[in-house]
Amino acid sequence: MSEEFKLEIVNPEKSFLAKEDVSEVVVPAFEGEMGILKDHISIISFLKPGIIKIFSKSGNENYYVEDGIVEFKNNNLSILTSTIFNLAEMNKSKQQDLLKQAEEEANISENDDQSKYLVDQKIEVLRSIN
Amino acid sequence: MASLDDLKKRIASVKSTQKITKAMKMVAAAKLRRAQENAEKGRPYSEKMNNIILNLSNGISDKKNAPKLLSGTGEEKTHLCVVMTSDRGLCGGFNSNIIKKAKRYFSKILEEGKELKIITVGSKGNDQLKRVYGDKIIENISFKESKNTNYFDADKVGKIVIQKFEAKEFDICTIFYNQFKNVITQIPQAQQIIPLDNKGDENSSDESYEFEPDEDEILSNLLPKNISTQIFKAMLENSASEQGSRMSAMDNATRNAGEMVDKLTIEYNRSRQAAITKELIEIISGAESL
Repeated sequence: MSEEFKLEIVNPEKSFLAKEDVSEVVVPAFEGEMGILKDHISIISFLKPGIIKIFSKSGNENYYVEDGIVEFKNNNLSILTSTIFNLAEMNKSKQQDLLKQAEEEANISENDDQSKYLVDQKIEVLRSIN
Repeated sequence: MASLDDLKKRIASVKSTQKITKAMKMVAAAKLRRAQENAEKGRPYSEKMNNIILNLSNGISDKKNAPKLLSGTGEEKTHLCVVMTSDRGLCGGFNSNIIKKAKRYFSKILEEGKELKIITVGSKGNDQLKRVYGDKIIENISFKESKNTNYFDADKVGKIVIQKFEAKEFDICTIFYNQFKNVITQIPQAQQIIPLDNKGDENSSDESYEFEPDEDEILSNLLPKNISTQIFKAMLENSASEQGSRMSAMDNATRNAGEMVDKLTIEYNRSRQAAITKELIEIISGAESL
């Protein structure tokens, strides 16, 4: 029996990625990284800034996301996100841009605790990409 | 009767107008295809989003403490209307249709003695509304610089709306836009986004989900995103409608210009013929009198 399931990543503008031969996906869920394998229980969760790791037959891929929602149901994993970049295509200047943006955001003092936490996360992840 | 020279000038000017409208039609047709594609590509996101929210709101145990974005403030005193129009004109009834729909809604609200606040997206709507409802417009947003409809613009509008909601500036929010049906038909829509209008789609799956963290937290995180998504959807529909509307308007204009050229050409030929005949008569009668 195969150990594969379907994955679809959608962003508001288009269907970003669709794969049918995924064996494992690790998503940066809000309460910690979460690995999803086949026959996982139906779950809804949302993401914090981090790296989505996709393991599939056709190769492994890494994506940087800033936010999103994950839904897993009947061996279909849907990830809805507004900001996603393929790490393989991410170059230094792009990463620096995002980092600068995040740092500016962090300097806004009126943020509440949660958004502060998210921005800090973002900065940390972006720094680690190097 | 206009002189020959005048007619010639008019024919030339109508012809050049026709060239412009024809070019605009062609551009609109090309843009329409892209806008339509974008609208179709954007659909899965908003559909999935809706589904998840539906599942979540069904799963919520304590309806009374549900997030305010879902259940409303419990009052209906202040209405916020987001009127979405285009930034450019020459697109037939596109803008006036939205404005008409919005104005009808405005007068209904004002009759009921409720407070009205307006946000206009797109400069054309602002131009038309500020004459009558100028004091009600609290914000005017325009995305003239952005070439394509993108999510960041929608998110900006969404954030403004949510900010105002959290500051308790309004109770109910409605967005106005044109839904794209086909090139000739666009339907002006009024969609309530706060509180969320779950039109009894009870047939959603009863499947139990595991939530991490719990429903309330996910929901309060998700609902603001949904506002932006809905606005983005409206923007996509709007841009497809705008191009469709412009295309058919420019098609009509091109045809009308063609008819006008035909009519003017006939008039031109007649008066030229009349002038020739007149000259001939003059020559003949001059010769006869000798």
